[in-house]
Amino acid sequence: MTLSRPRDGLFHLSIMSLALAYALLVLLLLGAMALRTDLASISSILSDQAIRRATLLSLTTSTLSMVIALWIAVPTAYLLSRYEFFGRRLVDALVDVPIALPPLVVGLGLLILFRTPAGAFFESRLFAVSYEIPAIVLAQVVVATAFAIRTMRATFDQIDPRHEDVARTLGMSRGRAFRTITLPEARKGVVAAGTIAWARSLGEFGPILVFAGATRMKTEVLPTTIYLELSTGELGRAMGVAVLMVALALAALIVAKLCGATGVSR
Amino acid sequence: MIRLDSVSLTRGSFSLREITLTVPSGAYGVLMGSTASGKTTILEAICGLRSISSGKIRLDGRSVDLEDPAKRGVGFVPQDAAIFPTMTVRRQIELPMRVRHWRRARVRERVERLADMLAIEHLLGRRARGLSGGERQRVALARALSFGPTVLLLDEPMSALDDDTREQLYGSLEAVREETGVTALHVTHSANEAARLGDVILRLEDGHVRRVGSPHERPLGSVQSIARGIDA
Repeated sequence: MTLSRPRDGLFHLSIMSLALAYALLVLLLLGAMALRTDLASISSILSDQAIRRATLLSLTTSTLSMVIALWIAVPTAYLLSRYEFFGRRLVDALVDVPIALPPLVVGLGLLILFRTPAGAFFESRLFAVSYEIPAIVLAQVVVATAFAIRTMRATFDQIDPRHEDVARTLGMSRGRAFRTITLPEARKGVVAAGTIAWARSLGEFGPILVFAGATRMKTEVLPTTIYLELSTGELGRAMGVAVLMVALALAALIVAKLCGATGVSR
Repeated sequence: MIRLDSVSLTRGSFSLREITLTVPSGAYGVLMGSTASGKTTILEAICGLRSISSGKIRLDGRSVDLEDPAKRGVGFVPQDAAIFPTMTVRRQIELPMRVRHWRRARVRERVERLADMLAIEHLLGRRARGLSGGERQRVALARALSFGPTVLLLDEPMSALDDDTREQLYGSLEAVREETGVTALHVTHSANEAARLGDVILRLEDGHVRRVGSPHERPLGSVQSIARGIDA
């Protein structure tokens, strides 16, 4: 659609103004950070062993959380998009709860969960979670999965269920029709959901602070690093880490765009 | 043969009661009826995509009420053709045969024969995007016929086509009838389509199916045994 008709000028002007104003705000935000960061502080943080470890831990946990989030989100979103069952509305509302809850509350909830007899039994018999690396992954998964489900749900809603119906008449089971027909059509949505899940996990702070703590060289991830640097008055180093996170997030977005992460494959 | 005996089903607030119809083996049945009268629902029930609450559906004498759509051996061409967008035309025609573990050479031979019959050889390497309405319908027809179904169901395949394309599809459907002899049930609004294609013309009205015959009715003995539906 082009913006050529004069009589639609006011409408076009208003929507363009809002879009450009928001794009400008994002640009100013990134510019302010770039201007405030000097190369010396970036060089300093890159040579800092604790920050290098935090970067590695952030990348590892975010990637693992993305995989787990997609593993849960794809079938859950498909279920919510295609099936009518008792309690569907309740499940649909519940999977959105982590999006609506304040991040600190998510962390507090997880911490309390692992203080219950069931949580304590799990930690005593299997492995420690609270204030350990698994706590980082669990906190990231809880929030990232909710966003991934929303994205995948929108994707499956756009895919015509008639394709699966026809596939079933051609000799496929429901599962095979899903794998052979629906999932390839949802490929771009999966990439988009994965990107969102990864980016959310990378930036997660509140639940990790409460549930995993902020222990240097142990449960420190990049958002925790910014918090620790700010709390000791190291604004320059905090800005350097922030710029590093911006670079990682932009890289993820570029990869997602290159993979065509927009809705349904045609 | 396609035979429905007193089939009833409900879909939301819509229901069909005591539907009875027969299309004899090898005959081309045409089911007419107004919009939202339930024609598509009947096809979906025959395919197994819609469960029935009572009655019997028999395909070639075999009761299929409890069978999964994958096991019914029905070729289905939906109104919008439902071409799979991520596959080439060749791949989607091959798919039903691959699911049945046909040998590679047999699959290739079958694809080539169907492509020749339906004049879609030049489309085999293309994807759904960019195919015209008529091309999509012919591809969907090839896909539905690829595994040798006992029954072919077509849901208003010509509804969105221009006159020239419709003429081409008539040619394709006539070729399918001559070469495969498959029992077909074709849903349409068009009296012209019914007159041109149908051995058996049925009309769905007020929840009942009645036979209205055909000006081109062929001398098939079994046509005479068509169930009358319920009342004319």
